[in-house]
Amino acid sequence: MISIENLHKSYVTGNNSLHVLKGLNLEIKEGEFVSIMGSSGSGKSTLLNILGVLDDYDKGNYYLSGKRIWGLNETQAAITRNAMIGFIFQSFNLISFKNAMENVALPLYYQKINRKKRNLIAMEYLDRLGLKDWAHHLPSEMSGGQKQRVAIARALISNPKIILADEPTGALDSQTSLEVMDILKEVNDQGITVIIVTHEHDIAALTKKIIRLKDGVIGEVITNGDLQMYRDRVKHE
Amino acid sequence: MFDVDIWQEIFSTIKKNKLRTFLTGFSVAWGIFMLMVLLGSGNGLSNGVKEQFAENAVNVMWMWTGETSIPYNGLKEGRPVKFNNQDYDFLTTKSKEVEKVSSRYYLPNDILYAYGKEYGSFETSTCYPTLQEMEMININSGRFINELDMQDFRKVVVIGDEIRKALFKEEEPIGKYVRIGGVPFYVIGVSKDKKNSDKNRQAYMPFSTAQRIFSGGDRVHTFTVTSKIVQTSEEAEAISDKIRDDMAKRHAFDPKDTRAMGSFNMLTQYIRTMKIFQAINLFVWIIGIGTLIAGIVGVSNIMLILVKERTREIGIRKAIGATPMSVIGLVLLESVLITTVAGYIGLVMGVGLMELINMGLERAAAAGGPSNNTFFLNPTVDFKTAVSATLILILSGALAGYLPARKAANVTPIEALRDEN
Repeated sequence: MISIENLHKSYVTGNNSLHVLKGLNLEIKEGEFVSIMGSSGSGKSTLLNILGVLDDYDKGNYYLSGKRIWGLNETQAAITRNAMIGFIFQSFNLISFKNAMENVALPLYYQKINRKKRNLIAMEYLDRLGLKDWAHHLPSEMSGGQKQRVAIARALISNPKIILADEPTGALDSQTSLEVMDILKEVNDQGITVIIVTHEHDIAALTKKIIRLKDGVIGEVITNGDLQMYRDRVKHE
Repeated sequence: MFDVDIWQEIFSTIKKNKLRTFLTGFSVAWGIFMLMVLLGSGNGLSNGVKEQFAENAVNVMWMWTGETSIPYNGLKEGRPVKFNNQDYDFLTTKSKEVEKVSSRYYLPNDILYAYGKEYGSFETSTCYPTLQEMEMININSGRFINELDMQDFRKVVVIGDEIRKALFKEEEPIGKYVRIGGVPFYVIGVSKDKKNSDKNRQAYMPFSTAQRIFSGGDRVHTFTVTSKIVQTSEEAEAISDKIRDDMAKRHAFDPKDTRAMGSFNMLTQYIRTMKIFQAINLFVWIIGIGTLIAGIVGVSNIMLILVKERTREIGIRKAIGATPMSVIGLVLLESVLITTVAGYIGLVMGVGLMELINMGLERAAAAGGPSNNTFFLNPTVDFKTAVSATLILILSGALAGYLPARKAANVTPIEALRDEN
């Protein structure tokens, strides 16, 4: 699904150049449930942006679904994002003056699907996430957990191959965090690759694979059973 | 582009910033309002002056004679110069510059018009049938002088409406005989000028008849001619110079001698005046567009702030697949909407005000009678101007939105969404 070879990325500000990703190699297969961890400055945000086709890279290769992502113009990048990737953010990033249904339907608007049809589909997704009754509420009238579920519905509506979640539980209490993680797990069970960026160990523990970044390269990859057990224990409490 | 969503979004942002949108819109509305008022006033002034010219054909020229004031070819000064019928023949057949000619022979000023017991002295314009077109004589009833009247030296007369009122009261004048200087003339028509009441105190008589009956010999006092229409005052000047040269040759006076022969060329005046109004019009557009630009800069400024405020939202949209074009469309459309709606309100109010003024003027004119010489007439903006103003509005809206829209399109989702951290 995702294949990254020798990825380099620097940010240039004035005369200073900050080398963030230093020849990173990464392989994520279809249907994986992965978390990316790392201290600040380790390059996890940068990597997420590149994975999400929000930013370009300097050197190396990035294949998404077998297609090399390189030299896309803004329009092509937007189309790729719309078709392949669903985003979930820490602060939900819903549009404040649109109700839940309209927020969920927005990606379909950019696919030029007509209003009636996309609202119908949006209702379906809201129903699946248990928010049917909240469809006509504005984000400001909802709790954090509800907002994040709306955001997840929005990420799912375009049938993406990959869900990229940037600190999806960062603004939620632990109970709600677990609920959101459950939803993401269900999403993953349907075969969608889910990638979470987080700095919370217990959240990372709920995924099936932890990738730890250090100084712009992969520090370690944890896929052992201890974390699996830890996850089970948290769930049953 | 005409999707409900885009409009919904635009309206929701407008609703969130009512006061700001109003102030921005107001500056545009004010700009276009001023433009319309200025253009309307310019038009009013120009129409008013055109109306003054409309008493005669614009290409008309009058010529009269006097005494020479400059010695010429050994001839002394103080010699009288007199036009005659041969000059008429020359002007009609030989002169290339002249299109139509009418001669005039002056009757004595105190000549009496009488009908029954009523009498009075009125001015008599002796003329050829061509004068009707040259001096825009409006026949209210009956007819004007024709070629047959001229050939047969018919004793016929066209009287002005004031003469009709004075002599005939309520009686129908056509077919009656009015005595002019004791000679009975058959009334063939009544002329009536709506604006110039002086013209209504005039009578028109065939030149040939007048010359014969009032013993004029072949004497002609003045010529009224029309020249071919030209565009510049220089050309118009050249035409009158050429006619003057011809006449100077025929009557042996110095062409520079304005006392020997005087002339007035309407076309020169007309062209000069119209040039002034063209300049005024240009000036008005420049000022109006200047005002409008101030409004547009205001809109642009507001849109820039709006884009800044909405950076996050635009970032989200881009992350979930909005193309740069769709973002540009969003901002541009909002800008065009504000300028067009506000501008249209200004347009309607400006045009409305000018229409109101026009209504007032017309009412005043109706009340004030026919003799009020206003220099301000129909101060309204024509349809073409309103359409071009509307186009300018839409264009300026697009212009005002362009910079902010570019800025919005360049929002990188990463940076927009980074704000949170």
